[in-house]
Amino acid sequence: MDMALAFAAAIVGGALRVGVPFLFVSLGECLTEKSGRINLGLEGVLVLSAMVAFGGAYASGSPWIGVLAGAGAGALLALLHGLLCTLPRVNDVATGISLMILGSGLAFYLGKPLIQPQAPQLPPIPLGAWSDSTMVQAALQINPLLPVGLLLAVLLTLGFARTRWGLLVRLAGDSANATRALGYSVGGIRIAATTAGGAIAGLGGASLTLFYPGSWNEGVSSGQGLIAVALVIFARWSPLRCVVASMVFGGAGAVGPALQSIGISAGYHLFSAVPYVLTLAVLVATCRPGSMAAGSPGELSSQR
Amino acid sequence: MKASAADALLPVFALAAAILLFGVFVWFGGTNPVDAWVLLFKGAFGDWYSWQNTLVRAAPLMLTALCVALPARAGLVIIGGEGALVLGGLAAASLPYALTLPDNTVGTLLVCLAGAAAGALWVALAGALRQYRGVNETISSLLLAYTAIALFKQFVEGPLRDPSTLNKPSTLALTEGIRIGTMAGSDVHWGLVIGVVVCLALGLWLALTPRGFALRVVGGNPRAAQLVGLPASGLIVLACTVGGGAAGLAGAIEVAAVHTNANASLIAGYGYAGILVSFIARHNPLAIVPVAILFGGFSAAGSLLQRRLELPDASVLVLQGIAFVLILASEALRGIDWRGAAVRLRPQPPPTPVLIAPSDKAA
Repeated sequence: MDMALAFAAAIVGGALRVGVPFLFVSLGECLTEKSGRINLGLEGVLVLSAMVAFGGAYASGSPWIGVLAGAGAGALLALLHGLLCTLPRVNDVATGISLMILGSGLAFYLGKPLIQPQAPQLPPIPLGAWSDSTMVQAALQINPLLPVGLLLAVLLTLGFARTRWGLLVRLAGDSANATRALGYSVGGIRIAATTAGGAIAGLGGASLTLFYPGSWNEGVSSGQGLIAVALVIFARWSPLRCVVASMVFGGAGAVGPALQSIGISAGYHLFSAVPYVLTLAVLVATCRPGSMAAGSPGELSSQR
Repeated sequence: MKASAADALLPVFALAAAILLFGVFVWFGGTNPVDAWVLLFKGAFGDWYSWQNTLVRAAPLMLTALCVALPARAGLVIIGGEGALVLGGLAAASLPYALTLPDNTVGTLLVCLAGAAAGALWVALAGALRQYRGVNETISSLLLAYTAIALFKQFVEGPLRDPSTLNKPSTLALTEGIRIGTMAGSDVHWGLVIGVVVCLALGLWLALTPRGFALRVVGGNPRAAQLVGLPASGLIVLACTVGGGAAGLAGAIEVAAVHTNANASLIAGYGYAGILVSFIARHNPLAIVPVAILFGGFSAAGSLLQRRLELPDASVLVLQGIAFVLILASEALRGIDWRGAAVRLRPQPPPTPVLIAPSDKAA
């Protein structure tokens, strides 16, 4: 019983801790892809914003200013991606990879002096106060950015469905020609959506350095930004399902460490691969030759 | 003719702009940009020692770039070369566990073949999923790359681990005779020759053979390929197989020539750098060779910048990022009618006013 509780606490705690950056990058990527563009550079956005958020919190003494700085840095790098991809004959996949390198490079270069110091951290929300078990209490120390992410997911869902802006983003994503015919700028809408997506992903970076793992170093991200693309497919381009997807990815990543915590160390790395295999299985099951993945925006270059 | 010369110069200008911008960047940090430029050149191509360092780093880049270039010529965007490289290295290192290899060149050949086969299978899977199930190959190759890295870590830290490696889990080292040696009088291993030869061979194959031509038709104009009845699916899977084989070979060479065993140092991002090398070489295997050497040079110069100017080791990453962004963005300028643009920019003489004849004359 104790063992099962420890295991469950480790999985839930891991999903909540590791899942939060996943949630933000997947929401950011979802918004970007809804407008018809793919941003593989979110990895660079994530690393750069993690560094800037840490630096901002360290310099100002307030973690929340750090969060804002992180979102701003993410928006700037994503804006560059949006602008570059609007140029003719510029491939968005290659641009994404080069921004991943540029963003990580800038972050490592400028963040060198930040490896030693400790920045003020975001205060956790103790949701586990009802329980006597210290394990449950530790697992339910919620990242204060998690409610922000959930709120964003709901707002994005409502926004896509109910607002004029959401309709425009979906229009640009589904048919560039229809957008032009109605007199809107496809490039402008996509640049705006990419930038906003970068800001959202920047919140994920902030949660990496200001909550968990809670320090800045060069290994702070383990490819969460790159895999956001897979998360969005797993979530079939719905912000609400992004919440589920990021918790599944976070939880699957926590299975290995959780098993280790109760003394089983076999297959540690295999469990971390489960989300990728799962996404691939979802793709194989839902795709059919000659048609696009279910729910995919029509203009997405990766789906043509 | 002139237009193509201007097009060929575009990446050169973009690169020069990137190096200039990098100078400005380090200047903000209080470093003399001229020192940085001089050291950048010295560290990459300044003397024989730097050249060796550059060439050793260029060898795997050539092969991982082919993993992007060949599928790209068949119309696919594959970004999972890292996975093929890692699996190739794992297969090469684990072959001696399965059978006793002769401790000579035959053993080397078998190890390289095992690596190439593993990489080929992995990327062919992405191509086949795309052709027969309609799964997007960019995403599936990325997912497969992550899965491959997890498999690699699992095997290296688990069943294949050499018990004497404590801090850095590794497989058993390849025996002396199987390892790929250095060329006479240098530190450059024969993997460089393999890389150049494979690039040349595949470049000629694409340019001169009927099947290479068919592949380019499939990638360039799928409708035409369909109309003349080319076996598109087979050709696409073939391109992925060959490309993946090249990346797997890169992994095997890195194991047999550099690391002597499979360990986490193999996951060094050569697969991702290869994507950019291929895009900058416009997916032309012959152009991959110089581009790979150039970017090998950038990373070779990094340690010199770090030692002499006390710049962070990430400064090379910054330079690469700026260079890649500018070279990709310079694609937008390709094929512009420069002379026409210059004429349009020149101040035009104001139009001579046209006087309408006063109407009272007619009256």
